This record gives sequence, C-alpha cells and structure tokens, in this order.
Amino acid sequence: MSDESLRTPFPQRAHAALEDAHLQEALGIATTRFIGLRKESFAGFPEGEALRDRARAIKEGTLQQLDLHLERLADNIERLGGHVHWVATGEEARDIVLRLCRDKGVRMAVKSKSMATEEIELNEALEAAGVKPVETDLGEYIIQLAHEKPSHIIAPAIHKTKGQVADLFSKELGGRFEADPEVLTAVARKELRQKFLDADMGITGANFAVAETGTIVLVTNEGNGRMVTSLPRIHVAVMGMEKVIPTMTDLMVFLAILARSATGQKLSSYTTLVRGPRQPGETEGPEELHLILMDNGRTRQIAGTLREALYCLRCGACLNVCPVYRQIGGHAYGYTYPGPIGILLTAMLKGAASVKDLAHASSLCGACKDVCPVRIDIPRMLVDLRAELDREKIAPWPERVVFRLARRAMTSPALFRLGASLGRVAQRPFVRNGRLRGLPLFLGRWTRTRDLPPVASRTFSERWPELDNSKDLERP
Amino acid sequence: MITCLGDMFFPEVGVAMVRLLRRLGVTVEFPQGQTCCGMPLFNSGYHHDAAVVAARTVGLFAGAEHVVVPSGSCAWMVKTEYPGLLKDDPALKAAAEVLATKTYELSQFLVDVLGVTSVESSFRGKVAYHDSCHLLRGLGESRAPRTLLRGVKGCQLVELPGSDECCGFGGSFSVRLPEVSTAVLDKKLAAAEGTGADCLVACDAGCLMQMGGGLTRRGSRVRAVHLAQILAPSEHA
Repeated sequence: MSDESLRTPFPQRAHAALEDAHLQEALGIATTRFIGLRKESFAGFPEGEALRDRARAIKEGTLQQLDLHLERLADNIERLGGHVHWVATGEEARDIVLRLCRDKGVRMAVKSKSMATEEIELNEALEAAGVKPVETDLGEYIIQLAHEKPSHIIAPAIHKTKGQVADLFSKELGGRFEADPEVLTAVARKELRQKFLDADMGITGANFAVAETGTIVLVTNEGNGRMVTSLPRIHVAVMGMEKVIPTMTDLMVFLAILARSATGQKLSSYTTLVRGPRQPGETEGPEELHLILMDNGRTRQIAGTLREALYCLRCGACLNVCPVYRQIGGHAYGYTYPGPIGILLTAMLKGAASVKDLAHASSLCGACKDVCPVRIDIPRMLVDLRAELDREKIAPWPERVVFRLARRAMTSPALFRLGASLGRVAQRPFVRNGRLRGLPLFLGRWTRTRDLPPVASRTFSERWPELDNSKDLERP
Repeated sequence: MITCLGDMFFPEVGVAMVRLLRRLGVTVEFPQGQTCCGMPLFNSGYHHDAAVVAARTVGLFAGAEHVVVPSGSCAWMVKTEYPGLLKDDPALKAAAEVLATKTYELSQFLVDVLGVTSVESSFRGKVAYHDSCHLLRGLGESRAPRTLLRGVKGCQLVELPGSDECCGFGGSFSVRLPEVSTAVLDKKLAAAEGTGADCLVACDAGCLMQMGGGLTRRGSRVRAVHLAQILAPSEHA
C-alpha cells in the first residue's frame, strides 16, 4: 500500500473499512465460505493432524540448516541450466529483474500470483522501467485493473463483490458484462490469452522449492501458472529464502495440507513443477530460468523472536478465521501481508516499530493458531512483539505509565481496594438503570457502544468474611 | 481464586461458585489479598510487571489443595504462562508449576476433578453457551460447561451458531480498537438473539462484561450470565 494511505492512522483505516458496505458484504461471504470449506476438508481427513505436525517439523528442521538446503537447491538448478541470484534486499531483487528486462529486450511480462513480488513492489518498478506487467491470476487481474493491491494472501480481490467486478470490467475493458462469475472469468480468459503469447518474460513466485531436485513448485487454480512458466522465453521466479524444502517426500506432506487449509481443496487444480529451463530435445518451456533467492529480513529472524513466522506457507487460513481481519479486510492493515500472520511478516520486513499499532490488532483469540497448517503460535508471537515494543520504548509513554500503575494496584491489595472505592464514588454520575454509560476519557471508548457494569457496592473480597461465617450457604 | 473483574464487577458469580462448591462438599477458602492474575499486563507486553504479579499470586495459593477460578482466561494465564514468566527464579518457577497443575477453571474442576455431570439445580429457560477463547482453545474445553448445563433441570441448551468465535473482548483490545471490538461483538449478539435463548452463558468474566454490556445497551431480552449463576441461582432467584 502506498505511503500516503499509511499516513492515516490504523484505527481510522479500520473505521473506513467498517463503513464500507461492499467490503463488509464481500468479506463476510468469502471468509465464512473459506472457513466452512477448510473445516469440511479436514473433517474428512483424519491423518491431517499428524501431517500438520510433520510439516511443522520439516520447516523447523530446514531452518536449522537453511544455508545447506539453499546451496543444494542452487546447485541443482544451475546443473539444470538455470541461473540463481542471491539477494539481500527487495531492492536488489527488483534490480535483477529490471536488468534482465533491459538485457533481454523485455517489453511485457506476464505474472502468476506472487506475494514475494508484491512485497518488493515489482509491478511499480517494471512500469517505471517501461515494461508492462500483466497479472494473470483472476483476482490479481481484477485488482490490477482497479489499480489496487491484494487484500488477502490467496484471494487478492476478496474485498470486491461480483457486482463491483462486473462494473470494473465494463468500464476498463469496454462492454457491458453481467455480474456472473462465469461470464467475467471468460472475459478475463479471452483478454489474457494473447498476453501469454506476446509476453517476453513470465514472472512467478514459488510456493516451495525442492533442494534435492532443484524443482520450483507453483500451486494455482487457474492454470495461468503453467502458461506463465512455459510460454514466454524467460521465466523469473522470486522466492523468499524460507520457502526451500529438502525433498520431494516433504513436498507431498505440504501439498496434502496446503490447499486444504487455503481453500478446502484436497489439492489445488494445478500443481506445477518446474525443473530448469527447456532441456535439449524438449519442445516447450522457457529458454532461460532465473531463480531469485531473496532474504529481505528473513534470515535475521532465524535467531530472532519471529522465527516461527518463517514456517508460514502463505495459505491465508489465519486471515479467514481472524475476527479482526473478517471485520476490516486486508487493506486496512496497510502493508503487503495482512491478517494475523501479516502483522508478524510486516514486523520482519519493516521492523517492530512499523507495527506498533497493528501488534494490538488482535483479540488474541487463538483462532489463527488453531487453523495454521504448521501451527505457528501467532498469538504468542504478537504478545512477544508487544513486549518488544515496551522494551524498546516504542509503545507510547502514557500507555506504559498506565500499565506500570496497574501493576502497582495488582501487587497491593490496599491500593486495589482503594481503586474499587474510588471507582464507586466516581461512577455515581454515570449510573443509568444499574449500568454505566457515557464515561469519560479512555473508558468512553468502551461506553460509546457498550454498557459497563458498575463497581459492586460490595466486592467479593468484602463479602467473603460473611460468606465464610455462613457455612450454611450450601443449603439454599 | 476470584480475579479482578469477578471481584469488582461480578461478586455474585463468586458467591454462586462458593455456594455450588459447598453444596458438592468442597471446603472453600479464600486467601485474602487477591487482585488480578496479571493477564492484562502480560497481553499488552509488560512481561516483567506480569511476572511480579504472578510471583505474588503463586505465594497466596501455596497452601491450597485445588485452586478453582470462574474465569477461563485467568485459569489459562496461571496454568500456561506463570511458569514461563517466573523462569528466572528456580524456586518460584517450581512453585508456579505446582500452582499450574492444581488450578482449574470451574467447569473443568466440577467435571474432571469432582466427576460431577449434574449439580442438581433447576433453571427454567433456554440458554445458549458461548465458548470463551481461552477456555476453548487455550485449555481445550468445550464439553464440560455444556455437560453441566444439560444436567440442569428445566434448562434447555441450544447451540449458538459460531459459538467458538471470539466475542471481541480481548482485554485492552476492546478499548484500543473499540469499533472493531464492537463489530465483532455485534455478530455474536445477533447470533445469540437468533437462537431465542433467554440467557447467553459463558465461563469468563471478560466475555460476560463485553457481551453483557452489548446486550443491555441494545435493550435485548437476552441476559449474559455466568455458568455458576445457572448452576447455583442466587439467594433471590
């Protein structure tokens, strides 16, 4: 998202999202559907739980020897005739792609859905360099037409209703299209067909890359991934370094749970395995294959508090179940990766200070951890992130003072009682029908929409001596 | 253990719990000087401060055989986070681990420790049960409260659609992002009203404050009540 929109504070971005009727409609329908499909899919898959444990263990094991697996991957890809580029930052990754475009005379690039290229804002860089990027995943195609950013990791246009998409297509493509997903898909398909044939470069991300075989794995539902990796003469894959996995057997474990977690499918419609560029004797495939292995803040976290976030498969399940995401959608978060995992990934990419508000955009309900295919303890990491904000004094000082005072009261029963007594006096003007309304200061943030119970005339502690004496309480 | 919200805002829940436990033959003690489990500090990232509170609580309950809390999140805090918070002091950590194993959320204590499935009470009406996040996902409990509710004479338990979804409380979340918190709450309350229940039952003071506050504000006929209040109706009920 642009820096401009980030200038609006997060609570206001959330407010705008809550007021957006189209967004609310689209989000409600889509997330509910995703939740149901995922639940159903795992219900009929008893081995799923053990596979999730196994997947987690593979990710952890891979991180422990990440350098080794990456070198093996690079060796194998080079042996197959591909090129591997190691980059430390997003900027370096962009520069590699731009240099390739310049050197090879690329004027148009077709892309399959990739969060890594969103992360480095590749489309903007390509456009600035005079190369036309064309998104070919239907959702990405929609938001590219709308000049927007993805609002979900796997369903980038989740914030749009079909009516909005029909209006968008009608306006941008010329014509009058009805709000029927089948019709709209056919329109996009027709528009994109020639682009696949004309493009000089195909750009993808990578869901996985298998070290032992040098295989780049793409999981898609529309077949566009296949076209992007086979029709243009150059294929460039941009991949976060944590996406490497050791073996093809490991891949089977991940494939068994990825689509189930994401869309409730047993497998996605297409699983594309790319092994090197076109080999002698082969009739299709790109002449050149480039894999960009990108760090961009990742390896720093191998020994950092966000280590577990490196397990993430980008399935989006945690977004669908998150009560906050379900209310505000992805754009309000303001960064490439939305939702609970997005807060952690943003902290990884941009530093903890960038999420000082977002770190609190969670009720810590734990639904995300529950559905994560690799059981990332997102709530725990959010709490640790908040601890870092306190430690580094990034949290606002009034808040830090309030919590220090709260600790005083929690460690002194006398102060705690005094607090209750003061509360009883102070609340008097605000009692309506035995409830508190219209409270001032930060309490107003509660009472604007909800009543608050008044401090009881006698707290439990105050009632206890008499309860203790009336042992006959057990016979009502 | 009666923690901050229960002590100050819902003393009747504590009274109901004491009545219930005594009726079941349990000797109830209340170590004076209790305040809060420290979860608000912990959740907001003030871990050093939360550790100070935890150390104090561990000391207060050293002599108890079992510790029963009518709030799933506080039980979760004690059971799951105390030992880690006190890891730098081996003696305190050991004491925290002892406390963790002997601490129970009320419904779990009744069903798992006392082996009770029906407490021989009666309540006329329809109730819907809300799964509090920390009791459900933190402590893995969804059955005990429902079992107990089904055992109440005259009480009809109806399933709440989306009962496992958060009510939007989330401690300081509810005042940091009040609009989002309320939007989440509204979904919960609409679902509760849709069941036709008289009472929305939960086992957590935080959820009750949130859901109860929303229900009275919208003038709903549904009341938010604690499980203990159904199992041991108060003196004037």
